[in-house]
Amino acid sequence: MYCSWATCPDFISMNESDLLPHLFRTEYRKMVSVLSYLFGIEHIETAEDIVSDTFLSATESWSIKGIPENPAAWLYTVAKNKTRNYLRHHTVFEQKLVQQIQITTEKTAEINLDLSDQNIKDSQLAMIFTICNPAISGASQISLALNILCGFGVQEIADAFLSNKETIYKRLKRAKEKLKEDQIKIEQPQLSEINHRLETVLTTLYLLFSEGYYSVSHNTTLRKDLCAEAMRLNFLLLENPKTNTPAVNALFSLMCFHSSRFEARIDPEGAAILYEDQDEQLWNKELIEQGIHYLNQASTGKNLTKYHLEAAIAYWHTHKANTFEKWDNILQLYNQLLVLEYSPIIAMNRTFALTKVKGKPAAIQEAEKLNLANNHLYFSLLGDLYTGIDNQKALLHFNKALEMASTPLDKKVILKNIGKLQSLPPSL
Amino acid sequence: MNEFLLIFRRAFSSPEEQPSPEMMQQSIKQWQDWFGSIAAQDKLVRPLQRWDLEGRVVKKDKDVINGPYAEIKESIGGLILIRAKDYDEAVEIAQGCPILALGGNVEVRMAVTPQV
Repeated sequence: MYCSWATCPDFISMNESDLLPHLFRTEYRKMVSVLSYLFGIEHIETAEDIVSDTFLSATESWSIKGIPENPAAWLYTVAKNKTRNYLRHHTVFEQKLVQQIQITTEKTAEINLDLSDQNIKDSQLAMIFTICNPAISGASQISLALNILCGFGVQEIADAFLSNKETIYKRLKRAKEKLKEDQIKIEQPQLSEINHRLETVLTTLYLLFSEGYYSVSHNTTLRKDLCAEAMRLNFLLLENPKTNTPAVNALFSLMCFHSSRFEARIDPEGAAILYEDQDEQLWNKELIEQGIHYLNQASTGKNLTKYHLEAAIAYWHTHKANTFEKWDNILQLYNQLLVLEYSPIIAMNRTFALTKVKGKPAAIQEAEKLNLANNHLYFSLLGDLYTGIDNQKALLHFNKALEMASTPLDKKVILKNIGKLQSLPPSL
Repeated sequence: MNEFLLIFRRAFSSPEEQPSPEMMQQSIKQWQDWFGSIAAQDKLVRPLQRWDLEGRVVKKDKDVINGPYAEIKESIGGLILIRAKDYDEAVEIAQGCPILALGGNVEVRMAVTPQV
């Protein structure tokens, strides 16, 4: 059912210079996960070294002998050999590991690197749960997820966070050390703890997706990749019956609805286009259909999570027309979302929905109570509400917002609103 | 900021006088809007807990009667916990409670922090 809109390029049509980076992106993470799953968290760097070394061999060999018939299989074979060699040369490590593996998996003697589809999936799932661990900060979880689960290089992660290589490198190193220190196991989560542990995983995936969707970075391709990766990892959870829960379906639905607008919300220069100004012809109908499908899948059980509510809000936003039904539903969903969890943005969005349902005077009353005087968006909202009611007040609020806004896009939007205000007939 | 308990009460002289599901459905939106409004100000400490309509009352002779309806004039419909500066603010919030339109009332009580 699911297909990423960042479609996988076709192997055959690729030349060597495209093929290796592509394989690096798709195969590096699989091999690292499988090796880490086998070795345990304390040897994660060994796993990374073996896989990096495998790619180095590929670069050397393929430039001389040409690309093998099945490049991925070639990589797997080489990785297996390198693992075997590594273990042979580190007998102490091997003995310890063999013992350990015998205890946990009842395997004997020779360690066999299992790169079957099933084991790759199992390893990646176990790795997701290891990385999305509250022992390390949210930012570290996302960086590590991008690095190990998504095969992003340090430079790419730095670009996504508008940071530099050193910072990210240090962050990754510290995060790995912390996971080792706390002896976080790489294992399939127990059924009894799934719901509790899934919560952290979903938070990380949600943040990863948001990082791409709301990023200040103007690199559109990179942002799309972040979203696609969050969806891929989310889909991994859907594929496993243990983790295919209503909340996981709801988050996936939310991501489908959001990404359906990806093309419509960014202009060719990478700047954001506001919802009202979007060309709905550019909304991806296939993704909207999938969003609906997974929202239906999510509608079982008793738990109403914030992902359910946000997905439902996103669903209503796939209807561009401003009907009463649309905004009435959105308002109720925002009410429920706020009762579940307060956030200033949701509080402001609720007030906006209230305008559409009950009119500006009622919304102004509510907005004045919000007490968000340190947020420029709050003054933009007040400016918007007072427009046509009390234009002088509206202008005051817009000016205040302009004073506080920091990004050029925010300023541009506010100036546009001031322009609109000044073009209104004075009688209003 | 202080915490206040808001208790909604209504006269239930018999279970039959309780609102029908249709009436409930109608007022759900009003309640949701009210809860949403409090939560939007980050003043909702504990959301509404739903209570069943059965109830028991234990009387002074330890007799138990089914349901609070027969002998108690008003019964608890629900309660929430909010955050407010003082009684004035808590009362202002309580004045928006939809129970008032249904003939009920809201009892407002401030939480007391134990003195050390």
